[in-house]
Amino acid sequence: MGVVKLELKGISKAFGSFYANQDIDLVVEPGQIHCLLGENGAGKSTLMNVLYGLYEPTAGQIVVDGQPRSFRGPGDAMAAGIGMVHQHFMLVPVFTVAENVALGAEPAGPGGILNLEKTRRKIREISERYGFDVDPDALVEDLPVGVQQRVEIIKALVRNAKVLILDEPTAVLTPQETDELLDIMRQLKASGTSIVFISHKLREVKAVSDVITVIRRGKVVGDAPPTASPTELASMMVGRPVSLSLNKAAAQPGERTFVVRDLTVRAANGTNVVDGISFDIARGEILAVAGVQGNGQTELTEAILGVQDHVSGSVTLEGKELLGLPVKEVLRSGVGFVPEDRSHDGLVGPFSVAENLVLDLYDRAPFAKGVGMSPAKVAENAAAKIKEFDIRTPSVGSAAGTLSGGNQQKVVMARELSRPLRLFIASQPTRGVDVGSVEFLHRRIVAERDAGTPVMIVSTELDEVAELADRIAVLYKGKLVGIVPAGTPRDTLGLMMAGVSPEGGSDDN
Amino acid sequence: MTTKDTNPEVEPEDGPGPTGESGAEVQAADVALDTAGGTLEPSLVPVSTQSGDTGHQQATLLRRIVMGNGFVSVLAVFVALVLGGVLIASTDPAVAKSAGYFFARPSDFLSALWGAMTKSYIALFQGSVFNPRQGFSPLLETMTVATPLICAGLGVALAFRAGLFNIGAQGQIIISATLGAYAGFAWHLPLVLHLLVVIVMGVIGGAAWGAVVGLLKARTGAHEVIVTIMLNYVALFLLDFLLNTEAFRRPGDNSPISPRLDDSAVYPQLIPGSRLHLGFLVAVALTAGVWWLLNRSTIGFEFRAVGANPAAARTAGVNVQAATVLVMAIAGALAGFGGIAQVAGTEKVLTGGVAAQIGFDSITVALLGRSTPWGTLFAGLLFGAFRAGAVQMQIQTGTPIDIVLVVQSLIVLFIAAPPLIRSIFGLNPGRKKRAKTAVKAAVATGGAK
Repeated sequence: MGVVKLELKGISKAFGSFYANQDIDLVVEPGQIHCLLGENGAGKSTLMNVLYGLYEPTAGQIVVDGQPRSFRGPGDAMAAGIGMVHQHFMLVPVFTVAENVALGAEPAGPGGILNLEKTRRKIREISERYGFDVDPDALVEDLPVGVQQRVEIIKALVRNAKVLILDEPTAVLTPQETDELLDIMRQLKASGTSIVFISHKLREVKAVSDVITVIRRGKVVGDAPPTASPTELASMMVGRPVSLSLNKAAAQPGERTFVVRDLTVRAANGTNVVDGISFDIARGEILAVAGVQGNGQTELTEAILGVQDHVSGSVTLEGKELLGLPVKEVLRSGVGFVPEDRSHDGLVGPFSVAENLVLDLYDRAPFAKGVGMSPAKVAENAAAKIKEFDIRTPSVGSAAGTLSGGNQQKVVMARELSRPLRLFIASQPTRGVDVGSVEFLHRRIVAERDAGTPVMIVSTELDEVAELADRIAVLYKGKLVGIVPAGTPRDTLGLMMAGVSPEGGSDDN
Repeated sequence: MTTKDTNPEVEPEDGPGPTGESGAEVQAADVALDTAGGTLEPSLVPVSTQSGDTGHQQATLLRRIVMGNGFVSVLAVFVALVLGGVLIASTDPAVAKSAGYFFARPSDFLSALWGAMTKSYIALFQGSVFNPRQGFSPLLETMTVATPLICAGLGVALAFRAGLFNIGAQGQIIISATLGAYAGFAWHLPLVLHLLVVIVMGVIGGAAWGAVVGLLKARTGAHEVIVTIMLNYVALFLLDFLLNTEAFRRPGDNSPISPRLDDSAVYPQLIPGSRLHLGFLVAVALTAGVWWLLNRSTIGFEFRAVGANPAAARTAGVNVQAATVLVMAIAGALAGFGGIAQVAGTEKVLTGGVAAQIGFDSITVALLGRSTPWGTLFAGLLFGAFRAGAVQMQIQTGTPIDIVLVVQSLIVLFIAAPPLIRSIFGLNPGRKKRAKTAVKAAVATGGAK
């Protein structure tokens, strides 16, 4: 297996007059893990798409082993030994692992008959060498996300990738899976494969990188050693000093006004995705719901909002039953709701920022009189919210879908926090949000708590849970494993997330 | 000859509906489109940035076709006219003759070609807008023909903005025309009241015919395309049946044609000597009304939110099912105005062909108008001009009327393939070069990697 030195020289990529990348120089030495660190929208993905042949650079050169190359498509990039694992996997769910790996370069026997034996052998070989534990004949749809990601890595390795680009690979993984992936990356490095690791999670970046290149607004800000402190790295990313810890005051819990009893949500296949959950949240308290994604968190919040069918149990807010009410009534009862997937459930992409800022207030004064709406009031509100939440948008009329992830999230948060609330629910409040905005959004959530609102946060990121929570509830397979106090160690939480009840952990209800 | 206009877009819309159509995504989709020939690598698609939602490509594409750039509409019309002109010329005897000695004297051929094309289009223009003999009276006829197209086109456009593909304008027109006509000839009421009753009857009929679709969709999830197509047949054959009953036939006459509507039941003529009636002004008022509804009312806000992202609309408290029923009812009511324009304005009797092709043409009109109210108005006028001028064109130059249908269909074709138009005119400033290289790569690799 040869080694490849990869150089990017003066790469620029413009979309119209907007430069997503400007004059970027990057050298990836053989057998190194080179991290690209930057906020969302800094241009990391654009750069990698240029490198992978998906975009043609406006200017600049890609040099592989001293030879300038021009890629017209991913095929050329692969031929040059560059492989990419996308954030969203490119696998055919109903195909087996071997079929997915073979796809695009199907090995054919005599007469053009598909012969997967060779592929299977290669998969087993790679799987053994790196301890992937992947069965070539398993159906991809049956595999956990972490294993699917390994299939993507195998796909690249089978095509003899010497440089592997991993685009936000840990975004979809549990803490344990993340650790496993970092191990795999180290092994790949040991065998001479270079890795370009794109991330904005400082902990992982520091754990695994040899070199860190920070990108901000399409330009390289500088390189940093992995020994740099998180605060330094964050400040480089954002371009100003950032404080990473929240230093919130202790909670002053009041009356327990939000009460959930025996909440059960039955899925279409007859199983209970939320299974008899009971908990309370007091005024002025943040309950963080932790758990690996897909353990009922989505259904739990949606059941409270009223967009889930087949719900039983009881959800009361200040004594008023919320279950069975139309969504509009639930919102009118003073519930602020930030959905987990902002682009799917929280925003109407083609709508303007101003319209999105009144998405659930459009038919109330002052935005509407009868059925007539007041565009002036809507714009006025938008101008105020954009200022208050520092939403970076070209104008109030810009389509919300064109904003960066962090700014989209700010739009949703600004909308939901801009009316008097009796309960605030936020799922993944900072997913895909840059470091600078995370700090801001966390402060807003704590401010809402301090104003005396019961707050429920759902997050799969333990860092966030630890940062915000006054109490932590852990979900596993739709059941509440337990509710533990804020200072609970990470290891304990990790075990609870795998379904192990905490020893001596009290069910503080 | 029923679904010609619908073919390119009947692609069933994605269940979850379109979401997050961000600029970045659109751009990404563009790139994906442009380079689709370059490689079949599955990893080509996710060229969006980290936060972009890559799903719902198909629904996004459909939205882009139906609500895209108005400029593409104009270019599509232009290209369709040029191609139609070539077709006209190919049937022209002078062109055929000069083609025989093309290499001897190419100028003869070219001038014959140019002559044939311009002759027909000049006749079309004279028949639809202005000619020295009649002045602007052909324009009045254009407006008359355009009236029902505009009304029904508004219905289609409105439904689309709420994410529904309403193929049912034809049936909604027929039902409203039937009810309105019945009220017009069977009941005898005072002057102003009679017309109002006719309008109300027709509009309620159209609205009900549309609401049924919305109700089925909201309650059972039935796809509106299928339901509307089927309801078109139901309406058509119901009308045929009714025209053969005593109640709808003229006394003592067996032909399937209704009595003439009372004079008190029809739209007043606007300009003496033309067929232009008050219905045209109603259509203009409806255009303004739909604009207000969409852009300045809470109802329109809900419609647009449901159309652009039903999941987010639902999360924000919009009752998506109610909006579906309501938008289909309003769409049906708008088409109903088209039916009334036919029976109480243009035709003044009810026949089996009262709706002609209007319901189907209105889909094209809405498409050409990019689902905006004023765009639909202008597209309706253009199609009205085609219809009105085609007769004159056939009389003057012998060019068959059908050529107009060809041009209409070509327009749809070009609108449905925006990249085609853009590449014909080299409209991709930033990406022009890229598109070219992608095509080259595709040719070089035979489309596969």
